[in-house]
Amino acid sequence: MLATRGGIIKDLRSFLSEQGFLEVQTPLMIKAPVPEASIEAFPVFQGKGKPDLYLIPSPEINLKRLLAEGLDRIFQLGPVFRQEEQGSHHLSEFTMLEWYRTGADYHDLMSDCEAIIEITAQSAGWKGNSITYKGIKINIKPPFPRITIKKVFEKYAGWTPGPAPDLDRFNQDMVTKIEPNLPPDRPVFLMDYPASCASLARLKASDTKVAERVELYAGGLEIANGFSELTDHEEQESRFRKEAERRRKQGLRAYPRPEEFLLSLRGLPNCAGMALGIDRLVMLLTNTSNINDVVAFPPEKIQPAAML
Amino acid sequence: MYDSSDLRKGLKIAIDGEPYIITDFQFSKPGKGQALYKCKLKNMVTGYTVDRTYRSGDKFEPANLDEVHMQYLYRDNEGFHFMNTITYDQVTLTNDQVEEAKSFLLDNMEVDILFFQDTPIDITLPTFVELEVTESAPGVRGDTATGATKSVTLETGHEIQVPLFIKQGEILKIDTRTGEYVERAKK
Repeated sequence: MLATRGGIIKDLRSFLSEQGFLEVQTPLMIKAPVPEASIEAFPVFQGKGKPDLYLIPSPEINLKRLLAEGLDRIFQLGPVFRQEEQGSHHLSEFTMLEWYRTGADYHDLMSDCEAIIEITAQSAGWKGNSITYKGIKINIKPPFPRITIKKVFEKYAGWTPGPAPDLDRFNQDMVTKIEPNLPPDRPVFLMDYPASCASLARLKASDTKVAERVELYAGGLEIANGFSELTDHEEQESRFRKEAERRRKQGLRAYPRPEEFLLSLRGLPNCAGMALGIDRLVMLLTNTSNINDVVAFPPEKIQPAAML
Repeated sequence: MYDSSDLRKGLKIAIDGEPYIITDFQFSKPGKGQALYKCKLKNMVTGYTVDRTYRSGDKFEPANLDEVHMQYLYRDNEGFHFMNTITYDQVTLTNDQVEEAKSFLLDNMEVDILFFQDTPIDITLPTFVELEVTESAPGVRGDTATGATKSVTLETGHEIQVPLFIKQGEILKIDTRTGEYVERAKK
């Protein structure tokens, strides 16, 4: 397993580097994570009266700062951390590949994803155009079907989400009605999410009720999420305020304002970026149903530990 | 009181006053969405299963169950009979209620029987049991790769995967939570 995982990661790195992407390492501890109502960052206690830092729930803030400084194709592949995420598809500490390209939008990201799936399937030893996951043959020949959220909700949930749907209802239906009905034999892109469901994404010019956000699903696994990035700093700031307000209402910890990031947006060119869960990709390509089986060590059991 | 983050396979909770056990559990979090907890629950009295999706922050009452230490007596057409060694009360569990526990159940074994009100509904085996190997094919010579296993039959008739060096007549320590071999029991 670890050998296959290592092979997948090695081939991913060489593929991205052949495509002109530069691998970068941005800090894993930052002072202000993106305020999102449903992602909890781990605070890091610095002591001596210094303010807490946070382990990155995603490297996106600092990667975009690098784009604003003039880099045009970059990626980071490493650990990210999210509180209270644990299950057969979730780890609190997991490995994420996040890549960004300038002068591009989410259509380019979808092509990147298709190439990544094809290449890493070979790394994992699959021949031809298909892989088998949990007994189902999945045809991975591009292009993968692209389905809008509007279509998929009308078909399987029986309603049309507006620009700011009731999030409770939207999420419940996503999990209970949409995800189980996605085509089992093809990877699929869900795209054009309600505007309120993508706080860092650009709205679609031809239909501002939706954001240019895309998610890749395969074998029932949510593999990757990306968007055409929002580059308007005023709009970004107002969206952050709304998310921060949601967090306050839910009684969640308040985060500092991501000052440098908001400033850097003034110089951010048009770009698009995608985050792909490496552990889930490895699950898919090694026909593994539990995420604990694709990492070197599953999470430590939480119980009072014996001290040395 | 349980919180949604306590939900896991095997947890027993009360829904409308009835005891349910979580038989399948999936933590789910649609991209950028809130955490959802998809559960399959089995009513421990009727055996019916239901699907429920819970949100973070939901609260649950623990199932109101009593556990009584009892001794396993014997099995017949009615099912599995157990006796309270203090009061000499006897109760019977059906085949379905005993489920996979029967793989490791031996006469006179001390177990915990779960009651909902006055009805026995479930059994908990000791975490570790010691059982004799009654049938074992000799290990295949030369196959010494780490982790290589073979199948043997225990005195309960249950088959289990063990390392190649295990022989017929040996007593094995088994973890009943996973159903897996732990080690050779010290004689």
